[in-house]
Amino acid sequence: MSTAEAAIRRAEELRRGLTGNFRDEAVSSVYAEAERIARRVVHRSESEPRDLDQRIDRVVTSPIFGLPLMLLILSVVFWLTIAAANVPSAMIATGLFWFEDKAAAFFDAMGAPWWLTGFIWHGVYRGLAWVISVMLPPMAIFFPLFTILEDLGYLPRVAFNLDFLFRRAGAHGKQALTMAMGFGCNAAGVIATRVIDSPRERLVAILTNNFVPCNGRFPTLIMLATIFVAAALPPVVASIAAAGAVVGVVVIGAGFTLLMSWLLSRTVLKGEASAFTLELPPYRRPGIARILYTSLIDRTLFVLWRAILTAAPAGAVIWLLGNIYVGDTSLATLSADALKPLGQAIGLDGVILLAYVIAIPANEIVVPTMLMVYMGGGMMTEIDSLSALRTLLVDQHGWTLLTAVNLMLFSLLHNPCATTILTIYKETLSAKWATLGALMPLAVAFLVCFLTAAVVRLFT
Amino acid sequence: MTAHNCETCPAHAHLAQMGLKVERFDRVIALAGNPNTGKSTLFNALTGLKQHTGNWPGKTVTRAEGGFEFNGVRYKLVDLPGTYSLLSASQDEEVARDFLLFGAPDCTIVVVDATAIERNLNLVLQVLEITDQVVVAVNLMDEARRKGIDVDVRSLSRDLGVPAVAVVARTGEGLHALLASVDGVIKGEISTHPRRAEGTAEFNAAIAELVPLIEAAAPGVPNARWIAIRLLDGDGRVEQALRAGELTTLVQRQQVPDDRFSRKIALQGAQ
Repeated sequence: MSTAEAAIRRAEELRRGLTGNFRDEAVSSVYAEAERIARRVVHRSESEPRDLDQRIDRVVTSPIFGLPLMLLILSVVFWLTIAAANVPSAMIATGLFWFEDKAAAFFDAMGAPWWLTGFIWHGVYRGLAWVISVMLPPMAIFFPLFTILEDLGYLPRVAFNLDFLFRRAGAHGKQALTMAMGFGCNAAGVIATRVIDSPRERLVAILTNNFVPCNGRFPTLIMLATIFVAAALPPVVASIAAAGAVVGVVVIGAGFTLLMSWLLSRTVLKGEASAFTLELPPYRRPGIARILYTSLIDRTLFVLWRAILTAAPAGAVIWLLGNIYVGDTSLATLSADALKPLGQAIGLDGVILLAYVIAIPANEIVVPTMLMVYMGGGMMTEIDSLSALRTLLVDQHGWTLLTAVNLMLFSLLHNPCATTILTIYKETLSAKWATLGALMPLAVAFLVCFLTAAVVRLFT
Repeated sequence: MTAHNCETCPAHAHLAQMGLKVERFDRVIALAGNPNTGKSTLFNALTGLKQHTGNWPGKTVTRAEGGFEFNGVRYKLVDLPGTYSLLSASQDEEVARDFLLFGAPDCTIVVVDATAIERNLNLVLQVLEITDQVVVAVNLMDEARRKGIDVDVRSLSRDLGVPAVAVVARTGEGLHALLASVDGVIKGEISTHPRRAEGTAEFNAAIAELVPLIEAAAPGVPNARWIAIRLLDGDGRVEQALRAGELTTLVQRQQVPDDRFSRKIALQGAQ
């Protein structure tokens, strides 16, 4: 018998000999002691200034106003993001693409071979330029706003408001907190599930975190909302409509989170929701300097850097695909054609699916990839305005409202990026769960897009 | 055993933030406490790092390390996830518990919320069960004052048997006094007499018998007494860890930085 076994065996014998429930006694003696000491050292003055917090909470967490207020706050955040990001995005794009032209011209003048100029400037550099101009302004606005809500103490209130829904889905109420982290980055959301103590509910939260659109996918959603929803409307209401569309997508994502949590809780992860306590901390005034640091340095630059790291090689891959010819068609065209039947079946097209395949390392680069393949051979004319973009997509490549809607749905639901899949593996140490975490959303995305396309085609 | 008030300290009391430079250090300090009591804010104030902070419980889920120098001594500071109890089971709370039990910190700072002393004291009393080297930081004193709550830190210190220091981590108020107490506790200049529950005679006898058995089964493991209590309680996970010889690796793991994805954190497979 090993020494460990001996110790355990002896403990069992001793336990039988002990009278009373010493564990309960120990716990209750700690509680009693804490109460005794607290009574001696804490003195409260008569006034009850907590009133204000409680009055605010009566509205913020009320069964009637809680959820509408949450949607309103979310809408305002997205509206500010969309309305304020437009102009700087266009300015950055103009500046960076101007530099691309100048640099390419300089290379040509120096007598550099065409493929070197193309690879570096129209491939790698263009990928970077797209990612920076599309992502930086929305992030630099969205993250500080989000951090203000976080610092105020709003997130636990959201979890409180949504708890009844998660409970009905057989999931943990703190899943709402992990979803909030998923807005920034799904990999961070997956790590945040550590706050959930039940392994079953933690797995549910991990597997469904992807249905929260992460920051890498927001630019896609915002761009589509702006081009297809807002473009038809006068400028005054355009940004409001675009924000509404993005909020709609987020709500659909939350719906799928609940639906899939419910399904998981009734199939592979059977069980009931467990009870838990959640503190509603006092509202605190956000520290502006720290908010700017956290949201700009830690979040914005961190995410942007990650995007840049994947955008540069992706730009190179796209350029190669567009410039290596088999016969007289490029590899890009060949692979897009191969994916075309599948793409069309779900209301998208071959190029969009190709972009998603290339963008598996990071979702941020879906749109740039798509556009570069559409432009063919990397010889992209400048897309310096959203109307030019609309012309390209609608007039030259046959996009319809269905394409836009399905791309938004696909972007919301499809498989997580490679980093998130890896994080799921590392947090669960199970290839099985990591695979499910990747394939389940992908299957949902295909199914939903296929059904949407089928229904729309039925009526048109 | 009163913590000196360092607003009046001589000028030689010197704090230098050292950020991530923690390869060389003389002492290890653990930061424990209930969720959302300001551990990470205190961590940032001392190390000059920018660990994520946020006004909600559960923000920190991993172990973060940073360094600072105080009066010429180099400290490694370990920020832990918040926990209500050492008996809890969620992964983030386990990160905190494992380090407190097996990380052998030279001193543990338990951060408590001055506006919710009673609930916070539960954890303090549990930490006092496992170590003498404790300083209590009564944080959020500014919020307490605004709410008309007065905490008598001196009598708290007397009742607990370890130094208690009033601090406001956000503004840095009281940090020098806190570090002076930590220094005093580690050097033994401040002797601590932690408040502990008296077990029954037969309980104490059972523990005394088990401790050497555990030390034989898992050589070098700190807090054999705590493990003995868990075994008496029939804690299946502790039994499992002892059987598989995991305790020794658990102890070693506390010495290397949490790489965010340590094996310890992983879920135990399917249900």
